[in-house]
Amino acid sequence: MTTLLDVKNLTRAFDGLIAVSDVSFSITGGQIKALIGPNGAGKSTLLNMVSGTLPPTSGLIAYQGRVISNRPPHRIAGYGIARTFQNVELFMNMTVAENVMVGRHLRSRGMLFSAMFRLFGTAAEERRVREDALRFLERVGLHDQADTPASELPFGRQRLLEIARALATEPRLLLLDEAASGLSTREKRDLVSLIYAIRDAGVTIFMVDHDMDLVMSISDEVVVLDHGEKIAEGTPTDVQHDERVIAAYLGEEAAHA
Amino acid sequence: MTRFRPSLTMISAVVGILLVTIVPCFVKNSYALVPLTFIAIFTIVVIGLNLLMGYAGQVSLGHAAFFAIGAYTSGILTTQYGFSPWLAMPAGMVLAGLVAFLVGMPCLRLHGHYLAMATLGFGMIIYILLMQWPDFTPMPFERLGALLHIPASLVWPTTGGASGLVDIPELAVGPFVFHENIQKFYLTWAFAILALLLCANIVNSRVGRALRAVHGSEAAAATLGVNIAAYKIQVFVLSAVLAALAGSLYAHVVNFVSPPTFNFIRSVDFVVMVVIGGMASIWGAVLGAGTIVLLGNWLQDVGAKYPRFAEFDLIIHSAILILVMIFMPAGIVCTVRDAVLRWLRGRTAAPTQTAPAHVEEVATK
Repeated sequence: MTTLLDVKNLTRAFDGLIAVSDVSFSITGGQIKALIGPNGAGKSTLLNMVSGTLPPTSGLIAYQGRVISNRPPHRIAGYGIARTFQNVELFMNMTVAENVMVGRHLRSRGMLFSAMFRLFGTAAEERRVREDALRFLERVGLHDQADTPASELPFGRQRLLEIARALATEPRLLLLDEAASGLSTREKRDLVSLIYAIRDAGVTIFMVDHDMDLVMSISDEVVVLDHGEKIAEGTPTDVQHDERVIAAYLGEEAAHA
Repeated sequence: MTRFRPSLTMISAVVGILLVTIVPCFVKNSYALVPLTFIAIFTIVVIGLNLLMGYAGQVSLGHAAFFAIGAYTSGILTTQYGFSPWLAMPAGMVLAGLVAFLVGMPCLRLHGHYLAMATLGFGMIIYILLMQWPDFTPMPFERLGALLHIPASLVWPTTGGASGLVDIPELAVGPFVFHENIQKFYLTWAFAILALLLCANIVNSRVGRALRAVHGSEAAAATLGVNIAAYKIQVFVLSAVLAALAGSLYAHVVNFVSPPTFNFIRSVDFVVMVVIGGMASIWGAVLGAGTIVLLGNWLQDVGAKYPRFAEFDLIIHSAILILVMIFMPAGIVCTVRDAVLRWLRGRTAAPTQTAPAHVEEVATK
């Protein structure tokens, strides 16, 4: 197994506040890796840096041996990294199918000029893009709602739509940001089988999540962040018995009580 | 499953062409066609600006300047260099596109409304240039003109300053000249409908989807591979090219251009037209342009009778802008369309609340 993503000494500061501090780890191709930590540990910040949405203050991220931490998000998407968002970022002004069709952006070529004059097989490409989109919707079980406005989907299905849209870019690495939050128990079960199916189709998964049971049951490896620092990394069993992890989570629960 | 469903674009186009063909039959006085001709010209500007505002989420407060670039390129090349209007027109479009690229490039790479600021300043600069250009004629060119016994404008083009350019030739196909009001009416509407169709094609394409995605969520669009800055620049350039086309048509239809046509108020009017018609609704452009042109005409009539109200148009345009923004932020077309859709859906879906499949089918309409 080869290393797909390498994160080295990654740091991000916001006006002096350090959100992620000197974090290093790597993701092996084909695995399901999870990133956990108490609220405000810097999980989303880290994920945003991997997807290019947020530039790191220092350190670097390499994907398949190529440094990507200085690249804009649309280039990183082109290298084969896709993501979903914690607060579902669907295109609410579009239908379900159209959302996924945007996901085919990198896999189609129509330009402004050819679109205006319907040149060079624009219509044929449009048909193909739509067929592809329906195929990806089928994978998450939304193909029967293809022409529904995305805004009218129930929340759980919006999460699925985001995954379908990300898969439509045909990524090698899929970043899931709190994909299970807000889902019912049944929806979570379906999500788990979907994640396995995606992994089995050859996509490496890096997920950030709060749901400890979910994370521990499906991931191959877990990275734990606390106050922006990596405090543990290893198999779910190792991590669960790590003293610092227990302290971090107990501390959080004590604070909540 | 699949049945023939003519696209909305096709239906709108056919209805549009029929309307345009029929309208002159109901007009007794050919002068009444003049404002309708202006509606066509402004529609072309508004379509481009609509793409920019509604889809790329950027505002331009200087589109009168691109309108001017088209009009003056046509005016200068035809009256001073003897170009055919058919050559001057694309020349103005290319020039406007290049200028838009240079103005937009630095602003559109940044987040926020830098483009509105830049175009505001740009519009002012172009207006002043049009007014003061003759004063800029460098001495050597004047000397050269005098030496060769030719007008200085042949070696150094002039905008004519405050008095503008006169005797701009009309567009012609062979011996057929678009001279009568009704001919100009059909000519401009042919261009407007063509522009509408081409832009509707964009909206329903990969590029249009990318633009709508940018409008929906920039963060998500970028992580799906959409190069946001590149698309914003493309749309801005396209909108400038369309404004230049409209300006060129204006010059050849009116046969006269002068700076006041291209001042800041004109730029604001274009924005008001977009807002009235509805952002992100191509066909709303006609309605927006129509409302403002006809309203302007009416206000002019009122102003002629009651000179005290002569300057009221600006106040009324601003009031419309504010009212539409407050009560129908989606514009008139979208607001009405959504209301009708809601009403239809309410009627069909209400008795079958328990059958989601049926509701979905309605939702797809």
